[in-house]
Amino acid sequence: MESFFNTVHAVPLNHYIILSAIIFSIGVIGVLIRRNAIVIFMSVELMLNSVNLLLTAFSVYRGDATGQVFVFFIMALAAAEVAVGLAIIVMIYRNTNSVDINVLNRLKW
Amino acid sequence: MSIFYFIAFLSILFAVLVISAKNPVHSILYLILTFFMFTIQYVLLNAQFLAVVNFIVYMGAILVLFLYTLMLINLNKASEPVKSNMVKIAAVLGGGCLMVVIVAALKALGVSQPVLLKNPELGLVKNLGKILFNEFLLPFEVSSLLLLSAMVGAVLLATKDKKTTV
Repeated sequence: MESFFNTVHAVPLNHYIILSAIIFSIGVIGVLIRRNAIVIFMSVELMLNSVNLLLTAFSVYRGDATGQVFVFFIMALAAAEVAVGLAIIVMIYRNTNSVDINVLNRLKW
Repeated sequence: MSIFYFIAFLSILFAVLVISAKNPVHSILYLILTFFMFTIQYVLLNAQFLAVVNFIVYMGAILVLFLYTLMLINLNKASEPVKSNMVKIAAVLGGGCLMVVIVAALKALGVSQPVLLKNPELGLVKNLGKILFNEFLLPFEVSSLLLLSAMVGAVLLATKDKKTTV
């Protein structure tokens, strides 16, 4: 079993870091180019997930299970964040009839 | 070894489709596929507990919540105006610069060791449970408090209040 996993992923650590950096940057670009609040939220989820993958890769690399416990806490935090955030979006939609973030510029100046 | 690169390519492809799809429902469906690719990555790293939790919590709970919210607020397709091309180009440049900085900083480190599984029991439920309930007992309990307060807050925010809504 052990030899199977080691032959499957003799991947350099740098490639995991590059993959996570690319997915994180895609999440940043998504936050910047979209105006729909729900799609912006999904981009934030993408960023959280790339960090999770990187923490897991480092945890396996160092042989230390603490990183995977940390990923578990991040997942619990993401669930709480999504529940509150989507409730706020529903409330905004009820008040302004849209989820376009450019309508919400009252806090701008 | 090559399966990692195949899965990495697919996850990048679906992530790009998430942010470029016009219809938000398509975005959510592509996001589900992206998270499925991440689950496969966890299986490849032999992090079985995280693979199962990612499958159930992310693909099961969080994305269903997204779909329900989208269904409740009933967006029609024409309602999202697009940003101007100038802002889009600037955003892509900014994100690309972030990625280039990280990769360039990585190149300065030189060649890295391959990720090898030294302890095959590392990501199993038994091992993680022992660590979670010994060293991380206090954060575990605090996270239950966080989830409870998030639930109360979500219900409080989403219910209709006669005094505040006009």
